[in-house]
Amino acid sequence: MTTEFNGEIRKMMIILSKATLENVYAAFVLANGARMEGIEAEIFFTFFGLEAIHAKKLEHLHIATVGNPAMHMPTLLGGLPGMESLATAMMKKEMERIDMPDVHEFLDILVASGVKLWACRLAMDMFHYKKEDMYEGVEAVITVGDFYKQGSGIGTHMLFI
Amino acid sequence: MEKVIAGKNIQVNEEGYLTDFSQWDQTVGEEIAKEANITMTSRHWEVIKFLQDQHQQKVALSIRKIGQSKVVDIKEFYALFPQGPLKVSTKIAGIPKPASCI
Repeated sequence: MTTEFNGEIRKMMIILSKATLENVYAAFVLANGARMEGIEAEIFFTFFGLEAIHAKKLEHLHIATVGNPAMHMPTLLGGLPGMESLATAMMKKEMERIDMPDVHEFLDILVASGVKLWACRLAMDMFHYKKEDMYEGVEAVITVGDFYKQGSGIGTHMLFI
Repeated sequence: MEKVIAGKNIQVNEEGYLTDFSQWDQTVGEEIAKEANITMTSRHWEVIKFLQDQHQQKVALSIRKIGQSKVVDIKEFYALFPQGPLKVSTKIAGIPKPASCI
């Protein structure tokens, strides 16, 4: 029995719902990695994920020090003032070392690579954001239905982060 | 393994990347490009030359580095070598496939 394109991935539809740096980078690396393999990629930014494309906020994203067991840090300590900034600064240094771009540069790379960036209409309304508030490479503000339509076709995979 | 490319016996790995750059010449690159449905132009060759120079200087190639190269921007790089530009261009250039995720 033959499956569609023998299971080959043709398009990655990634939904980003969080704005913690580790999640934002996961979405960006997966989208970019898809394009590098000749796979189409689109990202739908919803709820807190919108911060990753909010022009004034995208440079100030943090990693989570509380509720993140992989930080190997007591929850109380992680909640201390300045702890997130410290952990974020350390992570950013490591990222530069492995040639990982910052959020703004990464968005530029994604757009230049042909990744389509969409903002969720419902979440935009909820946070009182306007299209003009967002990073200029954002394609449009669309509904969930529009996003599903974007993903139609054989070989499409969806991923929620 | 060995593969006949442009009438020459060339050493390649299982993905078709040259394992010995000294066996590379432009006709070999041209033929690999043809297999990837790419018609080489002078612009393609400029990028290929740059990739080969980078490889010689032992620079690990990534999309970000391409963007910073001033030789070609990312958008044009994708236009020149669609279907995975870094993968395809390095194969044409006769250098190893980069292991980068960025």
